[in-house]
Amino acid sequence: MQTSQAAVDQHADQEHAHENPALLHHFATAEQQKNAAGLGMWLFLAQEVMFFGGLFCAYLVYRYKYFADFGSASQQLDIRLGTTNTVVLICSSLTVVLAIRAVQLGKRMALVFWLLATILLGLAFLGIKADEYAEKFEKHHVPGPSFNYHELLPGQEKFPAAERQYANPHHAEMFFSLYFAMTGMHALHMIIGVGLFGFLAYKAWRGKYTPKYYTPIENAGLYWHFVDIVWIYLFGLLYLIDRHR
Amino acid sequence: MSDHNSASEQTSEHASEHISSLGSCLAIWVALLAGTTLTVAAAFIDLGPFNTIVALTIATIKATLVVLFYMHVKYTHEKLTGLVIVSAIFFLFILLALSMADYTTRLWR
Amino acid sequence: MATAVVSDSGERETYLNSGYGLKSWLLTVDHKRIALLYLMSITFFFFIGGFFALLIRLELLTPGGGLVQSDTYNKLFTMHGQVMVFFFVIPGVPAVLGNFLIPLMIGAKDLAFPRINLLSWYLYVIGGILMIYTILNGGVDTGWTFYTPLSTEFLKTNVISAALGVFVAGFSSILTGLNFIVTIHRMRAPGMTWNRLPLFVWAHYATSIIQVLGTPVVAITIVLVALERLFHLGVFNPALGGDPLLFQHLFWFYSHPAVYIMILPSMGIVSEIVCCFSRKRIFGYKAMTLAVVGIAVIGFLVWAHHMFVAGISLYAALIFSLLSYFVAVPSAIKVFNWTATMYKGSITYQTPMLYAFGFIGLFTIGGLTGLFLACLGMDVHVHDTYFVIAHFHYIMVGGMVMAYLGGMHFWWPKISGRMYPEGWGKLAALIVFIGFNLTFFPQFILGYMGMPRRYHMYPPEFQILNVLSTAGATILAVGYLLPMIYFTWSMRYGDPAPSNPWNAAGLEWQTHSPPPTFNFDEQPVVTWEAYNYDEMDEIPEIREVPVAN
Repeated sequence: MQTSQAAVDQHADQEHAHENPALLHHFATAEQQKNAAGLGMWLFLAQEVMFFGGLFCAYLVYRYKYFADFGSASQQLDIRLGTTNTVVLICSSLTVVLAIRAVQLGKRMALVFWLLATILLGLAFLGIKADEYAEKFEKHHVPGPSFNYHELLPGQEKFPAAERQYANPHHAEMFFSLYFAMTGMHALHMIIGVGLFGFLAYKAWRGKYTPKYYTPIENAGLYWHFVDIVWIYLFGLLYLIDRHR
Repeated sequence: MSDHNSASEQTSEHASEHISSLGSCLAIWVALLAGTTLTVAAAFIDLGPFNTIVALTIATIKATLVVLFYMHVKYTHEKLTGLVIVSAIFFLFILLALSMADYTTRLWR
Repeated sequence: MATAVVSDSGERETYLNSGYGLKSWLLTVDHKRIALLYLMSITFFFFIGGFFALLIRLELLTPGGGLVQSDTYNKLFTMHGQVMVFFFVIPGVPAVLGNFLIPLMIGAKDLAFPRINLLSWYLYVIGGILMIYTILNGGVDTGWTFYTPLSTEFLKTNVISAALGVFVAGFSSILTGLNFIVTIHRMRAPGMTWNRLPLFVWAHYATSIIQVLGTPVVAITIVLVALERLFHLGVFNPALGGDPLLFQHLFWFYSHPAVYIMILPSMGIVSEIVCCFSRKRIFGYKAMTLAVVGIAVIGFLVWAHHMFVAGISLYAALIFSLLSYFVAVPSAIKVFNWTATMYKGSITYQTPMLYAFGFIGLFTIGGLTGLFLACLGMDVHVHDTYFVIAHFHYIMVGGMVMAYLGGMHFWWPKISGRMYPEGWGKLAALIVFIGFNLTFFPQFILGYMGMPRRYHMYPPEFQILNVLSTAGATILAVGYLLPMIYFTWSMRYGDPAPSNPWNAAGLEWQTHSPPPTFNFDEQPVVTWEAYNYDEMDEIPEIREVPVAN
């Protein structure tokens, strides 16, 4: 039993190596390698959850402490651009899924097309983000020495001018510190993702991915969906506080 | 855990690679867009303390759809994937909940 | 029947002789070579951290400020702490022994991701270079804990480079943990079920969970500290509406589980050694596996016991105190089970077993004093005193380092193909034990009497205990130097080691010493339970092929 199992593994090794040059020497089968890569990617995403989690914790603490001031600061964000970006990312998740479908069905050009579409949408997101950042810079809402905030708390317009309460500038600055930290970290992950997809699109065009081997596409797709999910929460938490006032 | 070895149990899954139908990809896409519309609309209605809860609930539903369908968790045979996801969420929850346990009770007598 | 690969000159192929030259080492993907790369770098940082410790102990010989200014002293204890914690104790056992042994113990050819393993080492080295730069550029004096707003607002020292070093080393740790988890799930040999895994492997599995889920939180916290320092954000600054305690929550959320990263692998080592030198199966295998996972999980729930007097709410403090008592339970179960394993065993006292005995006793003392600290009323008096310092050194040095040394001696024949000199081994173990207790026991008394930590000036009545502590530190240093000398000596002059010099159970002993590059001549198939010392005759023998030198 001992030797025959070893012989089977060796034979499978050679057979798989022949049909799949991507099989690495320390794996017995291509399936084992694929499952290992998948598990590794999920663990990496688990780690990313905790990485962003620290920022969400800081955000949660200060939103709890300074809710009204955060509401005021949130209203300074452009909800149309934020919503547009959310739609852009949702579309890019669709293009990723379509790319994976394409490679599963063996359609090389479709794969390349959908990967490029994803990159384009990712770049659109980053462009809109840059626009938002530029606007913040102009309004002196970037934390640091040039920060200047003189806005009303939400709902204060209905009171006579003399009685209106203004937001605490320090607390508003806290919102923007977290806004830039969180969206900045997210944008950094987007940039990495776009770069990754660029590399994969090139490799895909060269014919490296087939229905039998497309693990890198799958794992990059997981990464991209994760980054999309982070944005879904960021959008809800940062842009939508107290909008009704 | 399972009695059989890790290498041989993979071969049985070789054939069952799930390919999502075009319809399901688009259906989820539409659902995500609908969720976005809903969450933006709800933000402009005064629900008091429930605004935050509604926003987070819709976000979680959207995230769940992405995880289950786009990230193929619904179609995988691997229960380990689910365990990894649940663990990450659980420990994040611990970080948030126990930290907030401090902040919410600081001013209690 | 296993057949070794033998070259034309009659020399058996091993991982050590399959390729010479710097490139074959620096670009290796062999987990065993990477383990040795780590061994070199970790020993290097141990020396640096130890050097700072010696300076601290020299300064503390006299009650007044003697050798150094207060600011310099702040740098000494900070850098001692940062180097030791992030570059020695946390990576130590997993990176060296874990990397070397896990594939062997589960019957695999390598870890799941060999190139990521190499990347982990390079990240460690880059983090280490940043730390060296910090030291050479004037040091950092925040305390190893980087508390804000001191670290973000008021210090002009190299906070960012130190923080960056820790950040990069943190990713080394995350990737190692990720690699181990996937390896243990996916690369086990046929027949190696979860319930047949050596406890060393279980311990590393639990450790890896902590590494993957905990480290990212301190990583992002460090990013925030750096951003705050660079851009004067107010996230942790009370003057701008920030809360210093938020930093502490985020920092300790990782740094408390980090201490379990430090100790769990060592517990794994002790399980292997105790079984081998008692010639018995482990008592309560299931309980031991549940205990390591339990320690990992509960360890995430207790972090604010470092903040009892920092200003958290009383109600939160009560919750964390209670949870801290719970985390002691699985550790205690492990101590009971090791003891029960030894009961009615055929005990022999080779060097690894001496270190294991040392571990069990000293870890128990360290753990019990942890309960003193978990008690709110007691902690108010001894927080930030030498009592705390003694507590964690009992665990990290009396625990982790003892087990690490025990493990190095136990597996040295496998790693190097040589036996170390047993007489010197026993002597060094004794010196370490005596030196350790002389260094750190007086510190419990000092702390209880009120001597604060991180102070280099103290009331004169504390001097005698400080002198004893410094004397102990000197003896301890000798104890540490001896193995470094005789291990090196043994590589050339030690007796060649057989595959299984200890007649131990475990797949790593079923291959040659040192192992071939791909670990086994033939894929092992496991049909026996772990620690089957009562049926050792049934384990396949392997044909000894000496390594020509």
